[in-house]
Amino acid sequence: MKVTLTRRYSFSASHRLHSGQLSEAENQRLYGKCNNPFGHGHNYEVEVTLAGAIHPATGMIANLAELDAFVQQHVLADFDHRYLNEEVPVFGKVVPTTENLCIEIYNRLKTFPGARLERVRIEETSKNSFEYSGNGQDQP
Amino acid sequence: MVTITRKIEFSASHLYHNPAFSAEENRRIFGKCNNPHGHGHNYTLEVTIAGSPDPTTGMVIDLTELKELLEREVMQRMDHRFLNYEVAELKGMIPTCENLTVVIWNLLASKIRQGKLHRVRLYEARDLFADCFGPGSTQGAA
Repeated sequence: MKVTLTRRYSFSASHRLHSGQLSEAENQRLYGKCNNPFGHGHNYEVEVTLAGAIHPATGMIANLAELDAFVQQHVLADFDHRYLNEEVPVFGKVVPTTENLCIEIYNRLKTFPGARLERVRIEETSKNSFEYSGNGQDQP
Repeated sequence: MVTITRKIEFSASHLYHNPAFSAEENRRIFGKCNNPHGHGHNYTLEVTIAGSPDPTTGMVIDLTELKELLEREVMQRMDHRFLNYEVAELKGMIPTCENLTVVIWNLLASKIRQGKLHRVRLYEARDLFADCFGPGSTQGAA
């Protein structure tokens, strides 16, 4: 019996998709309006999924108040109402696509002590969503 | 494999309290969910069945049968009830979202006659849900 628990969070931030390894023309062709020089913003929705045994005494996989505090401290405090390219150090080196955002948030949350992190899923808009389950090299 | 998901909604009240804990521990661990008179939610339940479409009917499961099963096993048992006091299957358990998915899985799994129960997902609120993949689910090995 596998049971998972998913909690949903929101933050708003801006970003610009631009790769230092590509020319101006290539960046423009590849990223289109996401390459506009001053950036643009989204309301991101983040789903954090935890897996583990249900503690018989509490009926819980993890204490939600502890998870909320952990996500607030390790993700929301750094990301909400920020320009990701300039204000989150890793995105000075890698392009802040939502793929890379998934990996970065996964890396920040995988040390949550209460339960095993199963998946991070992000909706960048109502049309685009991305998931990461830690099965790669964990690098943006 | 194809999956089909049916969604139902029910409303119920509950509270989190473990008599083995002190009043202070209950308060610290469960927070406002420990308020003594309970509180309620509009739950959304998604039940996913996996299988191959029947060559004659094109269906993984007869949705009318599934609808009747959910009405009988879930709605009649839980809708507009106080889960702690009125649902026998939850006796001795804290009625968290996690435990509810396990109880609902166990109520449904053996009664699905076409296809196999694949996932029980229960939303307690828009920002919180639990998934149960029990025995027989492709993800239920853990």
